[in-house]
Amino acid sequence: MKTEDLIARLAADPVPRGAEPRTLFTLAAIGALGVVAALFFGLIGPRADFLQALQTWRFDYKFLVTLALAASASAVLVPLLYPESRANLRLLLIAPGLLALAVVIELATQPASVWAMSAVGKNMIKCLTIVPALGIVPLLFMLLVIRRGASPRPGWAGFAAGLVSGGLAATFYAANCTDDSPLFVATWYPVAVLMLGGLGAAAGKVIGRW
Amino acid sequence: MAATDLEETMANLMRAALAGDESAYADFLRHGTVAARRVITYRLGRASPVAPEDVVQETLLAVHLKRHTWRQSEPILPWFLSIARHKLVDACRRQRVRISVPIDDLAEFLAAPDATDSGADNQHIERAVEGLSEAQRKVVRSIAIEGRTIRETAAALAMKEGTVRVAFHRGLSALSQRFGRQT
Repeated sequence: MKTEDLIARLAADPVPRGAEPRTLFTLAAIGALGVVAALFFGLIGPRADFLQALQTWRFDYKFLVTLALAASASAVLVPLLYPESRANLRLLLIAPGLLALAVVIELATQPASVWAMSAVGKNMIKCLTIVPALGIVPLLFMLLVIRRGASPRPGWAGFAAGLVSGGLAATFYAANCTDDSPLFVATWYPVAVLMLGGLGAAAGKVIGRW
Repeated sequence: MAATDLEETMANLMRAALAGDESAYADFLRHGTVAARRVITYRLGRASPVAPEDVVQETLLAVHLKRHTWRQSEPILPWFLSIARHKLVDACRRQRVRISVPIDDLAEFLAAPDATDSGADNQHIERAVEGLSEAQRKVVRSIAIEGRTIRETAAALAMKEGTVRVAFHRGLSALSQRFGRQT
């Protein structure tokens, strides 16, 4: 086919353009939040002493880390939906940095004899199952957004999508989990989140092809 | 045409196109073709096993299918040339050709000399059409290759016009996906 003919044919394909990727991301994020909240409050729920726990910095700090993860990964994902934009991948270091800071404080203020116990905790199985399970639907939504976009780096976009989903899921799970030590959070949360990140990266490479 | 003029011309044409002006859209694609051809030909060099015009056509198809990723607040030329670069890298990877494409598409564009269309009737898209599902193949062949309108195609294939439209659009998407899988 001659290029000029192709142009004429493409101009005859009048299917209207869809919503902009940024708008789709916002819709997907709202939908994901709704689904995760419904699953969490329907099946799991916050821990019994939620209100007392809010008085302790270790409990509150978990939300700081997980929300920072969701926000920073979103800030990486959205530019990666457009062919000409560049994402600042260093933003992904914010949440690990915050977590490392809390670990240092914990190690400095707690005796070495309790470190191992705090790190292992009581809820590792729950953490490693509930976080990925809650994050699956958000990840699916984000992957659909990536598919509609035109990412210059679909693998990274998928990875960021996994971290957004993981951050969202972990935020809810943190309200249930009774292990508040930064040592526990730093040991198990990253494993759970990186499961979603790895899945997102692999799926993004396939689904984000264009 | 200087890059700033081209930027303005293409942005205006695309705005008109998004408002439903088909001929503005065809003009937009024509300007884009010249720009994409210039960069792609320059980058591939003379002895490349990748045919520049194939990449130009893949670029047009991708631009068409991804036109909702242009933000009207952003310049259009970097957006357009990024898509061309993406398709160029993709085509070279398929042919196992090493290529270095600089990140700054606009600088690349300014450096490239003008290139002309050989006017060749190239078989790239026809070959890809063979891989589509039967219904999509019929519709895409009828419209994109034989040059019938949507209405004529609907009549010829005894389908509703809306169905033809959707099948054509899906067929173009599938076509674009198939380019990535050919080896």
